[in-house]
Amino acid sequence: MIAIIDYGVGNLFSLSHSLTSIGAEVEVTGDAEKILSADHVILPGVGAFGDAAAKLRETGLDDVVKEVAAKGVPVMGICLGMQLLLDKSFEFGEHAGLGLIPGEVRPISEVIPPDYKIPHIGWNALNVVRNHPIFRDIKPGDCVYFVHSYYGAKCPEVIATAEYGADLTAAVGRGNVVGCQFHPEKSGDVGLGILKAFCEWDGLDPLS
Amino acid sequence: MITKRIIPCLDVKDGRVVKGVNFLGLADVSSPVKLAEYYSKCGADELVFYDITASAEGRALFTDILREVASKVFIPLTVGGGINTVDDFARVLNCGADKVSVNSGAIRNPDLIPAAAKRYGSQCVVISADVKRVDGQFHVFAKGGREDTGMEAISWIKRCVDSGAGEVVLNSIDTDGVKGGFDLEMLEAVCDVVSVPVIASGGAGKIEDFVTLFKVLPKVDAGLAASIFHFGEVEICDLKQVLRDNDIIVRL
Repeated sequence: MIAIIDYGVGNLFSLSHSLTSIGAEVEVTGDAEKILSADHVILPGVGAFGDAAAKLRETGLDDVVKEVAAKGVPVMGICLGMQLLLDKSFEFGEHAGLGLIPGEVRPISEVIPPDYKIPHIGWNALNVVRNHPIFRDIKPGDCVYFVHSYYGAKCPEVIATAEYGADLTAAVGRGNVVGCQFHPEKSGDVGLGILKAFCEWDGLDPLS
Repeated sequence: MITKRIIPCLDVKDGRVVKGVNFLGLADVSSPVKLAEYYSKCGADELVFYDITASAEGRALFTDILREVASKVFIPLTVGGGINTVDDFARVLNCGADKVSVNSGAIRNPDLIPAAAKRYGSQCVVISADVKRVDGQFHVFAKGGREDTGMEAISWIKRCVDSGAGEVVLNSIDTDGVKGGFDLEMLEAVCDVVSVPVIASGGAGKIEDFVTLFKVLPKVDAGLAASIFHFGEVEICDLKQVLRDNDIIVRL
């Protein structure tokens, strides 16, 4: 069973249906027991980092995510969920993240040219910089859908980037934990392929 | 590189797609679900569903359909039509929409955009403006383009963006239905004052109109059209191939 962590942030309709469409058994839940017994765990999220991090802490699910990650269960953060995996964020102040993958969340305005639009919205080609099991079906030029104004900076564990005036972190991976800045559930067949690869992943990442 | 987006727009009334749709090999051409699946397979980058229903029953049918589309088609979905309150945002977002476009609702109530952006984020709020030249000035029109509000359009659109809209759909009433190409002059005027994505609408008649749009106005992010896609006059996969042949970056 794939657990999508429900901590009161964002709309989980598309994510749960995209997983169901590829044959996964899905449970949208905020229940610690269920999350701890899941085969795969997804941490979603939209909105502001500070609010989401606070909600995760209030519900006690921050420790649950850390516990599940420590057990070796494959964990995927999506969009803000990816950013929450990092050490900290500078979105409206400074906020601590889960620290499961090194890096910090900073505004993309710091690295992209001034004539580029913010947010970075739309389909962007994915540049895989290190092979990872979730990218087993990705071909050069495959595009995925992004919506964000902040990005993962100082990320030594970056596994994919997107070129938008600068090479922005598109995905990070460390051991059994992986994060995507883009929305695989809104990225057509390419995105479904990434979700399928994640659902079939055993959590081992030989190159990590 | 970010790609230029091609977006078909579907008008839905009482749960069915209206405006002539003419597809070979599609058994039910007025089913929003079938059409959405078809367009998604053809390479559409996003879909816009416009609810033109007037009744509460029709509105309930619309959300049922939206839910079904969103559970089968995994590309961004924008919903417009009948969005007057923040609760209307909730109603369609909970059914799987990613973005909500406001038009007359934002004209009637200037607080709608900031309130929705605060609750759901700017990336979720699209201002859709129907604009027409009146005495040499761009005017915003309300009620599906039937009523001149008298407001100057470019500064009004800028105010909408400043108050929280994360994307602009510019429908030129002057070029709409003429099939003589997009309204480049009007689009440029908007691109000059906003820093969020701009989607061109109204006037596309052939593939070359999209090439001209993106070549002349590289600041425009997407092209939206309805009937030329529905009638198969322009196939999205052919369109994208021609755009790529012209060095315009698209998702193939």
